[in-house]
Amino acid sequence: MAFTISVNGVSHTMEVDADTPLLWVLRDVLGIPGTKFGCGVALCGACTVHVDGAPVRSCVTPVSTLGTKAVTTIEALGETPIGKALQQAWLELDVVQCGYCQSGQIMSAAALLARTPKPTDDDIDRTMSGNVCRCGTYQRIRAAIHLAAK
Amino acid sequence: MPTSQHASEPSRLPDRRTFIKASVAAVGSLIIDLAIPLGECPALAQTAPPPFAPNAFIRIDRQGVVTLVMPMVEMGQGVYTAMAMLLAEELEVGLDQVRLEHAPPDDGLYANPLLQSQITGNSTTVRGFWTPLRQAGAVARTMLIAAAARRWSVDAATCRAERSEVVHFASARRLGYGELVDAAATIPAPARETVTLKRLEEMSLIGKPIKRLEGPDKVAGRTEFGIDVKLPGMKLAAIAISPVMGGHATSVDEQAALAIAGVRQVVDIGEAVAVVGDHTWAAKKGLKAAAIRWDDGPNANVDMTTIVGQLEEGAKRTGAVATHQGDTDAAFAAAAQRVDAVYQMPFLAHGAMEPMNCTVHYTKDACEIWAGTQAPTRAQNMVAELTGLPKSAVTIHNLYLGGGFGRRLDVDGTLLAVKIARHVSGPVKVVWSREEDIQHDLYRPYYYDRISAGLDADGDPIGWSHRIVGSSVVARYLPPLFKDGLEFDVIDCAAEIPYGCANRHVEYVRVEPPAVQTAFWRGVGLTHNVFVVESFIDELAHAAKRDPFAYRKAHVTHPRALGVLALAAEKAGWGKPLPARWGRGISLQFAFGSYSSTVVELEVAEDGSVKVHRIVCALDCGIVVNPDTLAAQFEGGTLFGLTAALHGSITLKNGRVQQSNFHDYRPLRMSDSPAVETYLVKSVEPPGGVGETSTSAVAPAVTNAIFAATGVRVRTLPIDKALLKSSPPDTKDVRP
Repeated sequence: MAFTISVNGVSHTMEVDADTPLLWVLRDVLGIPGTKFGCGVALCGACTVHVDGAPVRSCVTPVSTLGTKAVTTIEALGETPIGKALQQAWLELDVVQCGYCQSGQIMSAAALLARTPKPTDDDIDRTMSGNVCRCGTYQRIRAAIHLAAK
Repeated sequence: MPTSQHASEPSRLPDRRTFIKASVAAVGSLIIDLAIPLGECPALAQTAPPPFAPNAFIRIDRQGVVTLVMPMVEMGQGVYTAMAMLLAEELEVGLDQVRLEHAPPDDGLYANPLLQSQITGNSTTVRGFWTPLRQAGAVARTMLIAAAARRWSVDAATCRAERSEVVHFASARRLGYGELVDAAATIPAPARETVTLKRLEEMSLIGKPIKRLEGPDKVAGRTEFGIDVKLPGMKLAAIAISPVMGGHATSVDEQAALAIAGVRQVVDIGEAVAVVGDHTWAAKKGLKAAAIRWDDGPNANVDMTTIVGQLEEGAKRTGAVATHQGDTDAAFAAAAQRVDAVYQMPFLAHGAMEPMNCTVHYTKDACEIWAGTQAPTRAQNMVAELTGLPKSAVTIHNLYLGGGFGRRLDVDGTLLAVKIARHVSGPVKVVWSREEDIQHDLYRPYYYDRISAGLDADGDPIGWSHRIVGSSVVARYLPPLFKDGLEFDVIDCAAEIPYGCANRHVEYVRVEPPAVQTAFWRGVGLTHNVFVVESFIDELAHAAKRDPFAYRKAHVTHPRALGVLALAAEKAGWGKPLPARWGRGISLQFAFGSYSSTVVELEVAEDGSVKVHRIVCALDCGIVVNPDTLAAQFEGGTLFGLTAALHGSITLKNGRVQQSNFHDYRPLRMSDSPAVETYLVKSVEPPGGVGETSTSAVAPAVTNAIFAATGVRVRTLPIDKALLKSSPPDTKDVRP
């Protein structure tokens, strides 16, 4: 089936099965690789993107459910004030280690700050506990979200 | 902003060596005079500026672009920044003036001096390259200064280098490195042992908290990991590996797979089946449609009773002697008190966030490979062996690793991808599902340890006997290092301990498990031995009715060990009262040349669940190159160890690994993760390793804290919370 979706403000048309997850459309079909594959079943958050501003796990989001909604990925997040502030805070506190999960971490954090501009530790823990980091950068992520919220 | 490129770039932009080779091929013999400034040839000036390349780590071109070649790989541990700091410190360039490049596989040029191979592991990068990389920078600087001094006709001693320029202060003259490369290239390189290295107090980068050079790319999703490789005409493959090791596919519905839109090919190599498609989803659907049936082979009935049973049997045998000092038999006979224990540690998967993957373009004459690997030369050698191609025909393009933890020291994933790619026309990227990644990992071995001590009337240890039983990863991975039944890793932190005891005997019995292959992890010997030794010393303190910190303090033999122990205890507020069912535990270790001590403060709920509130680490790892990434290693490595202690276990049933994804091989999440406080001891000793030491230190500190909170001694990992439920005293102190 042919689908037309909007990713980072650009419209793309492709021929894929309706159940194809957005993750594989982004990575394999469109060649936009910043969104990562981690678990395939929405357990780790590495594939988090925004759909009309809401965080979704792209590995379980079929392309057919997107319609005209706007998909935003890490590649374009820096164009928003919240995204930019988060990336700056991430650099300021040198959060990343291997960095593989960090696209998803930052996307989840951006959705949190859009909803809750001054989150508490509990707000952060609640929202961010869906994103796994095996390098163990959690305490710096927590601090960086507070820093970006300032 | 520094940028990075993988090693395929130089093949498009020939360096001097490839240019020479090309020229030889063109003219039939080497008649090029290297003193001729090649840049005067216009065609070449555009495509191949001849770099100044005084050694394998540094290239500088006429525009002054400084390229630093990274011999070890970046998997989160911060070594790209640390290695760049070592080079830049002596080369006198700013870190904002360099670009980084992954080294190609070449043991001759890029072997880690401590491992004699181009292997990133065993916490050796900074330890191994501390001197060679500074020397490499100093050699290049010396040559650039000599070139400038010659140009100005001044004494080189009156010139100095700073931020990619040579400066002659007396005449206020300056020349950029780019302007000096041609002249510098004609100066004979001084022997690296002869160049003067800066004293610690002269250093401007080393010791400073420098931000990661690849950070800006990583926060913007621009970093290219192995899994991100994209090549023209590339296909994607999903794989199913025989669920039981040693089994093979008996039926594959190829037609059903090919009926899925986007599926191009089914490749059955027996041990695994791959479905190749235009994109991963098509390949995954094709794999499901293929409805593969398996013959499980000889391991079909292996389960944990088989494996643990073999270890228990092994524990009855005597092993190869790692340490024997004094007379343990006499010491035990004379002891006023004897303590015996058995400790068991599970198989552990790695669970790196980037699932296993490898991209291969196989043709009849060559095999080109893209992957994030900790062992590029091993990959190259083993692919050459597998395919019969000469090593020179096997190209490895290394990329950033989305976590390594020892998993990417093994090249099974590369070999499997090559076996599949042999049947595929054009490049193919093989990506494992998370389930395949966990179920076909190579695991940190299961260990079974018997340990005993004899205490004198004061409770001090006079006899110590420890038998380690389990797999030797080194015997498989580096066979020449396994001699007389022993190797360095499996007895690490057990053969030598930080405490004095006159009569000690430590031995190792090798027992290899069926149905799984064992591998390195974030520390193997030390993750298991530190748990055993640091739990047991706590048991001895308890038997001696003494405080665990005071008991350790009384028996440590090295002032640096005492230093970290005391610092951790002080920062953690050791001895301050805690509520009921709260406890503090401490551990101490000397590993990879670094001393560290960890204190954990936790609470055990009535239902037995453990909530860790605070972790304090004190570390003396000698000279610190980058204090901020070092603290990050401690924060992250501690959580890696805490994850394993609380949740980590791979088990087998009917030859199959029972865990499959992050719901049953649970990583710690943010809500469970305490902040880790790291305190550094200032030191002028040579650098020690830190990537793995925090991981091993935390588990015994946790179980010791559990003992302090509940009186229950946990001797088997992961921690079984059923043992920790609030219960009457007579069920406490459970011994296996």
